Amino acid sequence: MDTLSFMAAALSPVNLMLAVVGVAAGILIGALPGLSATMAVAVLVPVTFGMSPESALIMLGAIYTGAIYGGSYAAILVNTPGTPSAIATTFDGYPMAKRGDGDLAVTLSTLSSMVGGLMGALALLTLAPLLAQIALKFGPVEYFWLAIFGLTLISALSEGSTLKGFIGAGLGLLLSTVGVSVIGADIRYAFGSQFLLGGVETISALIGLYCVPVLIDLVATPSAHLKPPEKGRGIRLGEGLSLMWRGKFNALRSAVIGTAVAILPGAGGSIASLVSYSEARRTSTRSDNFGKGEPDGVIATETANNATVGGGFIPTFVLGIPGTPPDAVILGALLVQGFRTGPEMFTTNVSVTYTFIGGLFIATLLMLPIGLLIGRYAFKSIVTIPKALLVPSIAFMTIIGTYAIRNNPFDVVVMVVLGIVGWVLSRYGVKPSPIVLGLILGPIAEQGFVQGYLIGNASGSVFGAFFGQPLSLAIIAMVLLSVLFPLWRGWRQRSSKETAHGH
Amino acid sequence: MRQIRFKTLKTAALLGGLLSATTFAGLATAAGVEDFPDRNIQYIIPFGPGGESDISARLQQKYFQEITGQQLIIQYMAGGGGAVGWSQLNEMDGDGYTIMGTNLPHIILKPMGKDPGFKTEDLKNFYYFHYSPDALIVRNDSPYKTLDDLIAAAKKAPGSVTVSGSGTQSANDIANRRFESLADVKTTYIPFKGTGAAVTALLGGQVQAEWGYTTTAANHDDKVRMLAVAAEQRHPLFPDVPTFKELGYNMTGGAYRGMAVPKGTPEDVTLKLSGIFQQINQNPEFRKKMQDLGFVLIDVPYMKMADFMAKRRAEYEKVAREMGIID
Repeated sequence: MDTLSFMAAALSPVNLMLAVVGVAAGILIGALPGLSATMAVAVLVPVTFGMSPESALIMLGAIYTGAIYGGSYAAILVNTPGTPSAIATTFDGYPMAKRGDGDLAVTLSTLSSMVGGLMGALALLTLAPLLAQIALKFGPVEYFWLAIFGLTLISALSEGSTLKGFIGAGLGLLLSTVGVSVIGADIRYAFGSQFLLGGVETISALIGLYCVPVLIDLVATPSAHLKPPEKGRGIRLGEGLSLMWRGKFNALRSAVIGTAVAILPGAGGSIASLVSYSEARRTSTRSDNFGKGEPDGVIATETANNATVGGGFIPTFVLGIPGTPPDAVILGALLVQGFRTGPEMFTTNVSVTYTFIGGLFIATLLMLPIGLLIGRYAFKSIVTIPKALLVPSIAFMTIIGTYAIRNNPFDVVVMVVLGIVGWVLSRYGVKPSPIVLGLILGPIAEQGFVQGYLIGNASGSVFGAFFGQPLSLAIIAMVLLSVLFPLWRGWRQRSSKETAHGH
Repeated sequence: MRQIRFKTLKTAALLGGLLSATTFAGLATAAGVEDFPDRNIQYIIPFGPGGESDISARLQQKYFQEITGQQLIIQYMAGGGGAVGWSQLNEMDGDGYTIMGTNLPHIILKPMGKDPGFKTEDLKNFYYFHYSPDALIVRNDSPYKTLDDLIAAAKKAPGSVTVSGSGTQSANDIANRRFESLADVKTTYIPFKGTGAAVTALLGGQVQAEWGYTTTAANHDDKVRMLAVAAEQRHPLFPDVPTFKELGYNMTGGAYRGMAVPKGTPEDVTLKLSGIFQQINQNPEFRKKMQDLGFVLIDVPYMKMADFMAKRRAEYEKVAREMGIID
């Protein structure tokens, strides 16, 4: 079959080598906080100009896949998402590492990333044109409701007090309004500073809110950073495989969620992994263990975020609309190479497209050996490096990483300030995740609302615009489910306790 | 063979640079300008990667290296719709080794409203190389077959025709205002974050039309068609699409792109840069690639910059007054 022969072209020695180099480079870049997948891809675009389009795409795809996976290392080992996609991986990955299971968490993340990546690539290969049509059904109103749905996850994500979760989210929403607004071009909360015009950069906020508190705690406590593993233990592949088998439905569901969210331009890996995490927690029989080092939490987020790689290419290739920020860079590279995206990608340019998808499969499979190798080394070095060396090195990396995002020194200031604020808040029970959720979802909700309102006004019915479409109603139903489920569960727990007391 | 051609090009560039520096500036060249550039040049794009500013800069990269033997290193400094980059440009080293992309109407419109941290006249633009003409775009299955159809619908029910575009007080927003006043209609303009989101809303049927560019139409030509193009002549890629002028609306314009240097950059170096980029613009292969993506090339060297900017400024001021940005 033609498709297969094109995909086999990805196995040529040159392409294979590019995939190996790409995955390894991607993992390293992704693992360093601040150096995101977008940047990894952008930096390497000029290198690919001299290559054939197929090889260029394979290399960029491999880097992208590797970087999304590599983001889990920093999340697990130092509680800092290496890329925004890895936010939710910190929830259970870091507690696992703290109790001495960091090696297992890295192995699990490798296996899950591979499964998710393969599922996403499969969707790209088989369902792309269909899924792209579904993506187009999502208009401003649907994005607004989707953002609201995302915000309801706070009740699932905030350990302990839901109120404190909402305080955090409110702070995040407020931070998201800083700068020049997209609609109206108003300058908000910039206090006359030209630097604040650009708003609070999500990745610098991430680094500040997650990493700085860890650094402060490292310095403030005498104990070792992570509990060292027992001697002579390997990569715990067997254990990882059996956990994966136990969580197979979880992995499958997360991969589907990851792919589905990724086909919506403007959502992305961070939202995909947060949604699948809260779904995993909701449906798990061990939901109380989530947030305390539950392997299923790591499986859910890492499967989902790697599924976004293949999923994100669906709107990129079929519609010419980038699904995720790294896709935007790859799309640009394609245009410079003289390629037009759109249905041609699946008709006249099939050789390029299928070779690329083949390359994506190969890169994803290569992630297993390369990832296990690098992961093992990363884990060992983080555990064995003395604290006096570890803290300054991480601190140095956070500053370089934050600066590198936009070449803006002020982002570093924002990072440090948010870090200190985050540390203080977290001592009072306001965790970083709701803040980040607010920061990411705020602009989506705001723009979706105003655009939906304007469209509704023009059509004569604002109410109809927000509540009249089946798709919005379905999302509203999900919002209600997500809000009411924790209440219902709490009520059931209380009443079962009361019955127990009664006896 | 390749090397020989390369060498000739380099000599030509040096000669051209030398000539322009001596004739225009009328002074003996300062030490080192013959050798400029003798190392790589940093080219800052004040937007994120993947947009049109990025893509057109990427296309220049190859030819810059052919001409000078040095590389053009592209970096991004996104934020505030370009304002974060432009407000820092003049604090950078003015040695010619740092250049930054600038865009119209952004650099003129932004300082008209609230203070974005830079002034239009503080930006030392040295070459403007192309523009993406504004275009009014609809889906292939749209009931509006011609511009007149859309105008008739907007006249019948003012505000009922929804048009998406990228941003507020942006090229698209301005195009819509100018169109509204020329055709004497009222539409509902809906700003999105970036051209990608604006075109998605069109493709998904959430809006009826989109203010985009010939480049947008080129990128999605299987699903959309243009009702009219705001260029002087029909675009070679779309010989069937009329210009607004042909239809009786005196409207040309779009998103112009060029480059600026920090204020302290010496005149002879600035002129030399202008010459190099002018030479890139004359390369037939470069022209073909730009045209295939839907861009229209223009040629505004440093010596003609003041004139060009003054004209654009007068145009935008008129619209800005109508939009209430300035009074």
